[in-house]
Amino acid sequence: MEIGPIFSALRRNKVGALLIALQVALTLAIICNALFIINERLAFIARPTGIDEGNIFVIKNLWVGRGTDAQNTSLLQTDLQTLRDLPGVADVYSTNTVPLTNGGWSDGVNLTADQEHSTTQAANYFVDEHALNTMDIKLVAGRNFKPEEITDRAERDSGLPDSMIVTQEFAQKMFPTESALGKAVYMEGKKPTTIIGIIENLQVPWVGSWVKTWGYTAALIPQRMIRQNSAYVVRAKPGQLQTAMKAAETKLFSINPLRVISSVKPFSEIRAKAYRGDRAMAILLSIVCSALLIITALGIVGLASFWVTQRRKQIGTRRALGATRRNIVNYFQTENLLITLVGIVLGIVLAVGLNLWLVNNFELTRLTWWYLPMGAVMILLLGQAAVLPPARRAASVPPAVATRSA
Amino acid sequence: MFSYYFSLAVRSLKRNPVITALMVAAIALGIGATMTVFTVFHVMSGDPIPSKSSRLFVPQIDNWGPKSHRDGDNDPADQLTYTDATALMRAHQGVRQAAMYAAGFSLTPENKDIKPFFVEARATYGDFFPMFETPFLFGQGWSNTEDEAKAAVVVLSKKTNDKLFAGINSVGKSINLDGRDYRVIGVLDAWEPAPRFYDVTGKTFGDTEEVFIPFTHAIEQQIGSHGNNSCNDDPKAGWDNYLVSECVWIQFWIELPSAADATRYSAWLDNYAREQQRLGRFTWEPNNRVRDVQAWMVAEKVVPNDAKVSVLLAFSFLLVCLINTIGLMLAKFLGRSGEIGLRRALGANKAALFAQCIVESGVIGLAGGLIGVALTALGLVGIRGIFPEDVAHLAHLNVGLILLTVALAVVATVLAGLYPTFRAMQVQPAWQLKSN
Repeated sequence: MEIGPIFSALRRNKVGALLIALQVALTLAIICNALFIINERLAFIARPTGIDEGNIFVIKNLWVGRGTDAQNTSLLQTDLQTLRDLPGVADVYSTNTVPLTNGGWSDGVNLTADQEHSTTQAANYFVDEHALNTMDIKLVAGRNFKPEEITDRAERDSGLPDSMIVTQEFAQKMFPTESALGKAVYMEGKKPTTIIGIIENLQVPWVGSWVKTWGYTAALIPQRMIRQNSAYVVRAKPGQLQTAMKAAETKLFSINPLRVISSVKPFSEIRAKAYRGDRAMAILLSIVCSALLIITALGIVGLASFWVTQRRKQIGTRRALGATRRNIVNYFQTENLLITLVGIVLGIVLAVGLNLWLVNNFELTRLTWWYLPMGAVMILLLGQAAVLPPARRAASVPPAVATRSA
Repeated sequence: MFSYYFSLAVRSLKRNPVITALMVAAIALGIGATMTVFTVFHVMSGDPIPSKSSRLFVPQIDNWGPKSHRDGDNDPADQLTYTDATALMRAHQGVRQAAMYAAGFSLTPENKDIKPFFVEARATYGDFFPMFETPFLFGQGWSNTEDEAKAAVVVLSKKTNDKLFAGINSVGKSINLDGRDYRVIGVLDAWEPAPRFYDVTGKTFGDTEEVFIPFTHAIEQQIGSHGNNSCNDDPKAGWDNYLVSECVWIQFWIELPSAADATRYSAWLDNYAREQQRLGRFTWEPNNRVRDVQAWMVAEKVVPNDAKVSVLLAFSFLLVCLINTIGLMLAKFLGRSGEIGLRRALGANKAALFAQCIVESGVIGLAGGLIGVALTALGLVGIRGIFPEDVAHLAHLNVGLILLTVALAVVATVLAGLYPTFRAMQVQPAWQLKSN
């Protein structure tokens, strides 16, 4: 294939070719960055919480009127026992918060009582001995709480009990070189708390960027929160989620109507709400990417078609001089390849520049390198596909055109 | 002359329907995507209280000191302690001021047919209402007298009044919150500042509270915060210990006579911090901030980075669409060299040709813009489907936005058409006539 004639033809259509190259460059820069962000978001959304999400639902309960701590304790005990006795329910516990609800309690964790800067931040889940079974979390070391270890915690109580269970991430952060089991840490105040158990994985309640470094650093505290409002986490028996949800609400109202149940939500709903913004961003970017590829393809089709019309006579002449249809198609494809390659080189520079700018200004992460060749190949194939219809039309120009006067 | 050019433009556009359709589609898609994303961004970055946003300020006091600062960020906490909030209230340095925090109650209606339900509440001072210019449907907010008396009075939102009292004037009636009775003193009309600027530590967009009660009363009743609470140390057991602790959980707003008074207030705040230093509470130099509404929205990152990145990508997309259009228009105008040559030979001057080409690109822009408006409307419906409700329900197509969309399309397309037009004007009439 002679590319000399292609160059001289391009030189006569400099601006048109340049515009296509520019369009290819911008498209590549945007697509690389957008696809990268989309993939990051999808990975972010897909992270597991560590709990049996498919069978869990959460009831938010609020007592009407202001009971004493003793009254609220007995009301809570009755509720939990009632729920546990329901046929579709596997287990229940009450707590202050659950993963992905973006509200809760966190504390700095220290190795000594007077440490200046905390080693890490950790989420506190206030639970009882039923929590592990309800969430269906695997204990990898140590033991679960015993019923007698669970104490009551009123609204303004302070200080933590003697023991707690922590996540593997928590354990590794505090004791990177040895087993955390049996070790003491300082969280709230000057009193040490001993780690009696280590669980596999449990996400903190928040998903924002501020928990980036401690997304799975959580502690289970053996205390029952005695408050006006609490969350009941319920695991339904397999396949009975919907029936258990309905039965739970009805039963709770029937044993004590003086309450507000502000929500009964399957965990899937909590997850959907937590990541709605990220999901929206991924969808929005996908739409922009698709539209961008379509527009770029149409632009190539449009301009190539125009060039074919403009060069009908030359094409006819080449055909009359012995060029095959294949030669003509090749000509336009090579021309497109050259323009696209220029665009890709420029686009890679732009993509990296755009990414650096996004990283500096919007707390995004650095682009993984292979997005660049992937995007380049994508655009190259798109260009070749887009130029094919006009090239085919060019190939069908009859040699006789050469003999006609315009 | 314009109508002649217009009919020429329409005729010329009809001659190459495919290229015309491509250009219009590119403009429409670019404009539609850009305006959809921009509308959401515009709502998020809007001024929630334009009449006085430069006179309303949030003071920040560094009560945790340098030890609490990380990574070179030495901004103080974004809320105040009870100690500082009440000290600032007593000092009365502004025209109006209000400390406030979020609370929540079970509301039991007198009408037994309505089941008790949960309401979000705000405990604040009487100045809250005139300071934020909240619209009242019935009655009014409470005054200093009720603040001082720690009175059990309540201001209802329109929604709550509709639900409890079927929308009638309920001033003087009473409601029950967590077992205590409160006398209705006022009912707000619909009030939806966006962003919900007065407290962005919880939700930044969405409904305002359903009931408002005096701060002083809430503190006396030991009603805890339902919002954000941060402690740098164990507050120790009990309510009284909590109030004197260094935990921050109270938002504070002050209205000053003019924007310029911020400097004076800053100086006063530094004096206050120095006094705390003398008392031994702070062991560091004053490190305070006084920010007005817009500066506060920026500091609190109310517009998420995602929204900014989306706008950036949408405008890049529009740029690609415009480059696309330039290419196609160039092809089209140059493809008509013969006709242009003929017109020139028949006496049309360059200015006339320029006008003709500009009108033609304007017509493309107008068509693209009109379809773009439709696409924007469609896009906003889509946005409401995928985005969190609180933000998305604010984004609507209005007359201003429609005009902006069409104007942007026409201006952008005419600008894109300048180079092709310039090239068309260079056509040499004699050469064109000869070669054909």
